[in-house]
Amino acid sequence: MKRIIVTCLLLWPFWASAELGAPPLESPGNDVYDTESLRRGAKLYVERCLGCHSLKHMRYRRLQQDLGFSEEEIKQLFPQLERIVGTMTTAMDPKDAERWFGVAAPDLSERARALGTDWIYTYLRTFYVDEARPFGVNNWVFKDVAMPHVFGDLQGEQKAVTQDTGGMPVIVRLEQSKPGKLPPLEFDRTVADLVNFLDYAAEPAQLERRSLGKWVLLFLLIFGFVSYKLKKAYWKDIH
Amino acid sequence: MSKCKQYGTDLLAWIDERFPLSKVWNEHMAKYYAPKNFNFWYFFGSLALLVLINQIVTGIWLTMNYKPDAKLAFDSVEAIMRDINWGWLIRYMHSTGASMFFIVIYLHIFRGMMYGSFKKPRELVWLLGMSLYLALMAEAFMGYLLPWGQMSYWGANVIISLFSAIPLIGEDLATWVRGDFLISDVTLNRFFSFHVIAVPLIIVGLVFLHIVALHKVGSNNPDGIEIKEKKDANGVPLDGIPFHPYYTVKDLFGAVVFLAICSWIIFYSPEFGGYFLEHPNFIPADPLKTPEHIAPVWYFTPFYSILRAIPSKFGGMVAMFASILILFLLPWLDRCQVKSIRYRGVIYKVALGSFVVSFIALGYLGTIPPTPTAAFFGTFFTIVYFGFFLLMPIYTRMEITKPVPDRVVWPPKPLAAREGWVWDQVRKLLAAVESTSAWRQADGYRQKIQEFMKNNKYLRHFL
Amino acid sequence: MNENDIDLEKRRFLTQTTVALGAAGAAFAATPFLSYLKPGAGTLEAGAPIDVDITKLEPGQMIRVEWRGQPIWILKRTDEMLATLDELEPVLRDPDSDESVQPESCKNKYRSIKPEVFVAVGICTHLGCSPTYRPEVAAPDLGKDWLGGFFCPCHGSRFDLAGRVYKKVPAPTNLVVPPYWYETDTRIIVGEERT
Repeated sequence: MKRIIVTCLLLWPFWASAELGAPPLESPGNDVYDTESLRRGAKLYVERCLGCHSLKHMRYRRLQQDLGFSEEEIKQLFPQLERIVGTMTTAMDPKDAERWFGVAAPDLSERARALGTDWIYTYLRTFYVDEARPFGVNNWVFKDVAMPHVFGDLQGEQKAVTQDTGGMPVIVRLEQSKPGKLPPLEFDRTVADLVNFLDYAAEPAQLERRSLGKWVLLFLLIFGFVSYKLKKAYWKDIH
Repeated sequence: MSKCKQYGTDLLAWIDERFPLSKVWNEHMAKYYAPKNFNFWYFFGSLALLVLINQIVTGIWLTMNYKPDAKLAFDSVEAIMRDINWGWLIRYMHSTGASMFFIVIYLHIFRGMMYGSFKKPRELVWLLGMSLYLALMAEAFMGYLLPWGQMSYWGANVIISLFSAIPLIGEDLATWVRGDFLISDVTLNRFFSFHVIAVPLIIVGLVFLHIVALHKVGSNNPDGIEIKEKKDANGVPLDGIPFHPYYTVKDLFGAVVFLAICSWIIFYSPEFGGYFLEHPNFIPADPLKTPEHIAPVWYFTPFYSILRAIPSKFGGMVAMFASILILFLLPWLDRCQVKSIRYRGVIYKVALGSFVVSFIALGYLGTIPPTPTAAFFGTFFTIVYFGFFLLMPIYTRMEITKPVPDRVVWPPKPLAAREGWVWDQVRKLLAAVESTSAWRQADGYRQKIQEFMKNNKYLRHFL
Repeated sequence: MNENDIDLEKRRFLTQTTVALGAAGAAFAATPFLSYLKPGAGTLEAGAPIDVDITKLEPGQMIRVEWRGQPIWILKRTDEMLATLDELEPVLRDPDSDESVQPESCKNKYRSIKPEVFVAVGICTHLGCSPTYRPEVAAPDLGKDWLGGFFCPCHGSRFDLAGRVYKKVPAPTNLVVPPYWYETDTRIIVGEERT
């Protein structure tokens, strides 16, 4: 019996281990309560992502309230908006997207919950030069992705360093081959802001949820204490 | 005040002439005598009722804004999460409630297996309970399709495709269940109808029958002794105490602790690491693209593992259903005269222990991709799972049992005095916890609070 | 015996505390469920203020727009029409709009911000029918005293050209004036007030 348990525990890491050649996912270490970071992330999203990827469940009004934008700031971000009504849709027709990229650009409203922030953070930073691809880049996390490297100017270019494993070249790391506008650390922080924004956008209610939780638990703690005393008081006469 | 009381008595008398209100109250609460030695494991019956009520109430509220339409379903769930006031809370209460329902039910069933609650004269209680479990699985399965995410879609697809393994009628049967040639809007609509109306009605009805049957025979207890056999001059069992107020106050405390655990999940970890809400389910259903790895929600994974362990489509389906249905036969498979594990032989303790380990292991294996190692362990634990039941008529006859006492053990044996390997482990674990710095810190806070309360004019009364 | 008394006392005290805490908890728990029933963000945005361009509105002409599923009337009154308002006051139930619903800026005899432009919710305050616009003086079916106004075909309620209700008709109060403001001279925002 014991031996079986021990064997199971020993084998666990092997089952859970990731597949070969996939990059180690890195954590952005983001904080959805950091409003400044969210605002930077939102601006970056509007500048570089919203052209193709809608956030069709994210309301402008909610964005304005949660991130503390003024009416003017919202109008600057979204010049086409007449009134702050509706959700962050994109102007691109999905059919055009299919023609240009081969696939429609997905809506990213809940994508941070589906893929996890680590995945997105790593994905956005692991584009490398690959002349065989239509946009000249490939991705370490998402092989043969149809998306161009939208942060290419900021990050610069990366080359894949491969190693032969059983006749197949497997990527072991990426190397900077041409510097971008931002130094690497600065670039990482910029991407982390964007990921933070996507994390928030995937579940705006989390701001409310986490701040309310402690009060509910405090109430239940007090109620639990009183009901425990009540139980003790009644059970005193059970001999 | 006394006038108020008088009106109350009059009103009750008026009702009692027309409806057996006092009678029902007495029979099931104030004069329902439950054994006084219920332990921790006896919380889960009332907790299951609490979760059922939570599911019904939050379900009614969610139905107000959910749209059972393949084009709108996913967006309507997100509208509840974002646009409707407090929609996120009510949705998380429902999704967390679903998983907590299964946790509570699994512990409740395990309690029954430990203390022999399925044995004569409680066979019907057990059968009704297992029917409830079956209905709950159907309810959860159909409810899981409603958010119309990738896992909703593909999970339902895999399970319904199982029916097509049945010879001759399989394909037609699967099509009949779906109402279409693949999972579609039609399927979503009928699952919605079953999930919000049909199955809840069945569940509520079965709960009623389950409780009526239980109150007819009376509750079992950790000693597995029939308390009705020893009564005082008034016909009250010597070891029984009125359910109300003793167990109402006890269950209230249990409910508050349970709610605190649920609240922690709802407010701080509603996805529960992808177990309560699976990550791929945040991508809308796409009939053209299967997710890389399909796993059912955690509460179905033990049975899913059994399905995968059999290398034939039809065989796997039969094994999966058999693994659930075999539980119904428990009262007749177990041939031991002694009910409670406290007085049963080592052989049953080992068998039950292996069963629990195999159930948890199968559950874990069902969540990971089917590698060869996983497949080997899957087969192994499937054999253990079925072995527990199929060999039961043999090994339970060979058990060397301990003498069962006449009366329930009261007061409960202190932890330090309990014998056996399991209790040794429990004591070791407790000692380890108590030696951690976190525990010492918490205990320091506790003492400070106690000191504070002692010196406070009002709070003193609570001590 | 004495010890038993204390126990009962403690039980009562703890029961009361538990009931009080339980009631407070139930009230807290009920709040989200009641609040859920209020209009959500989507509904509120669908009911957001609308803008109406009145550049092309001729004197005497009325246009209908929709706001929150209700018909909104915008009527440009002529000088003759405005003159009828004083004349009709004796036959009106609430000429000063004391019991009627309108923004503070419209609580005057014209029931509007600018005298000539009348904005109102086109729903009879009786049972919710939409009255018809009847500007013609002494219309045959409305009698020779009719100076123009609104007539509800359902139960015969009459209103003057400022939406004020006549005496002896079923409608209890004047037509409702929604909140609105002028963004420019020819652009009205219906649904919110701004000074």
